[in-house]
Amino acid sequence: MGQKMLMKGNEAIAEAAIQAGCRFFFGYPITPQNQIPEYMSKRLPKIEGGCFLQAESEVAAINMVYGAAGAGARVMTSSSSPGISLKQEGISYIVGAELPCVIVNMVRGGPGLGSIQPAQSDYYQSTRGGGHGDYRMLVLAPASVQEAVELTQKAFDLADKYRNPMLVMGDGLIGQMMEPVEMPDYQKDPELPEKTWAATGWKPGCGRDRAIINSLYIDPAVLEKHVNHLYEKYAAMEANECRWQEEMTEDADYVIVAYGTTARIARSAMRKLREEGIRAGLIRPITLWPFPAAPIARAAEHAKSFLTVEMSMGQMVDDVKLAVEGKKPVHFFGRTGGIVPTVREIITEVENLAKEGK
Amino acid sequence: MAVVYEKTKLLTDKPLHYCPGCTHGIIHRLVAEALDELGVQEKTIGIAPVGCAVFAYDYFNCDMMEAAHGRAPAVATGCKRVNPDNVVFTYQGDGDLASIGAAEITHAATRGENITVIFVNNAIYGMTGGQMAPTTLPGQVTTTSPYGRDPALCGYPIRVSEMLATLDGPAYIARVSVHDVKHIMEAKKAIRKAFEMQIAGKGFALVEVLSACPTNWGMTPQEALKWVEEKMIPYYPLGVKKEVE
Repeated sequence: MGQKMLMKGNEAIAEAAIQAGCRFFFGYPITPQNQIPEYMSKRLPKIEGGCFLQAESEVAAINMVYGAAGAGARVMTSSSSPGISLKQEGISYIVGAELPCVIVNMVRGGPGLGSIQPAQSDYYQSTRGGGHGDYRMLVLAPASVQEAVELTQKAFDLADKYRNPMLVMGDGLIGQMMEPVEMPDYQKDPELPEKTWAATGWKPGCGRDRAIINSLYIDPAVLEKHVNHLYEKYAAMEANECRWQEEMTEDADYVIVAYGTTARIARSAMRKLREEGIRAGLIRPITLWPFPAAPIARAAEHAKSFLTVEMSMGQMVDDVKLAVEGKKPVHFFGRTGGIVPTVREIITEVENLAKEGK
Repeated sequence: MAVVYEKTKLLTDKPLHYCPGCTHGIIHRLVAEALDELGVQEKTIGIAPVGCAVFAYDYFNCDMMEAAHGRAPAVATGCKRVNPDNVVFTYQGDGDLASIGAAEITHAATRGENITVIFVNNAIYGMTGGQMAPTTLPGQVTTTSPYGRDPALCGYPIRVSEMLATLDGPAYIARVSVHDVKHIMEAKKAIRKAFEMQIAGKGFALVEVLSACPTNWGMTPQEALKWVEEKMIPYYPLGVKKEVE
């Protein structure tokens, strides 16, 4: 760990990416993530081999990522909700062509232009695959600037390991707030294989096959085989990469499930509820996909009910219900449109559940 | 026995899937010969489009990437920025480049992106079965302009080379045709020049190649070549539109 600094989430993510060996960034301005491209435009030209390019659109930016990743580079793009919608075509192709890259979404309110305030209403888009076809993205949801830094760096290793895009999904607050952060002493996973598949130039007898970076498999049997191969990778991610944090769930009657900034607010609510004598607990998914169903299923054995809290009209709550398998009631509280739920609101929700014996 | 002519090693042995009389085969060959002559096989990365040339990665005997529809110049940009010593080219049709990819080609050109673009203009969407393209001529019948392209309804064709030549970024822009031997030889020179510009680091180079689509034009191969000469060239005049020192 290095020196402790006060950094804005977006800038910390950009610096973390550079420390993790990201030398290429392609992006397009959109609030509330602009400090990422701005930081990259300042830093990357000063680093040997580094390149920042402001693309003509989100569509172009993600396709520049495709080209750079196909050439073997560590590469990143970032955007916010409407821009991430535009990138979905490219993401689908990147998955199909098995290219590693890191995408950051600083989520804002929607639908449409929505607002520029923090939201979590892109959960479905992120975890169900916003583009076309059978695929998954590993989705990392930090709850602090420090965690955003660590997960961004982890994302580069995971992208290379699985040859799949990784999404770092922060509600706008994570990008906009300043917190003390220590840049980890990043060490690349030494087990990562060489990118012998990259298109860097070929001639007969050069020791590898011709590189063809491609997502087109015109023969249905071949495409099915390819998609099965992708799903073997997703099974490995589910087995190895699921992350979450649990607090006071062992004896909890009421288990709050929340991620990102909402989880921090829920944590404050949980502590206050404990002081009132209501046994509340918290499960905070860190990977939204793969979703941490196991700790939720365990808690369902003893808890009275669950309360899912989101900055949306209720999207992750579907995954909580799937994990609970109908064993216990799953309630929902959410604010949307860029409104952040308060500690008081969450306390009241749980108090009401306790009062009504739900 | 002396060898007077042989297949360039920049093409694989895979049989081309193009229709009889289609000029993609000629254009593939010209691109491959130019790369071969310049001795850059081991540095070359080709970017295939969506359209009839979607399988170009099976034909060009070098590292290849297949791009989404219209996005080849953005993919080429990412690729070239990572490895500036690579020779990077896109091979795109008129629907891909001039319609859905109009933004990507324009901005790659204005950035002076040091890549080579082979733009095959046959005034129609070939792969999808002969729909109207941004380059379809006024009055031309296609499956989505069954009464002939009506400019009052859907506007006029885009002269891509002239449009891009107004920008400061491009280093070389030329329009050529492959409807007869003389023009094929000229096309070869232009394509080679477009790669030489990139290798010299001069910046963005594009060669627009007027190309025949007998299948979707409903013509014999001979009629189609004549149509290129008599109908397309008057609308799309040949020549170098821009060349920097």
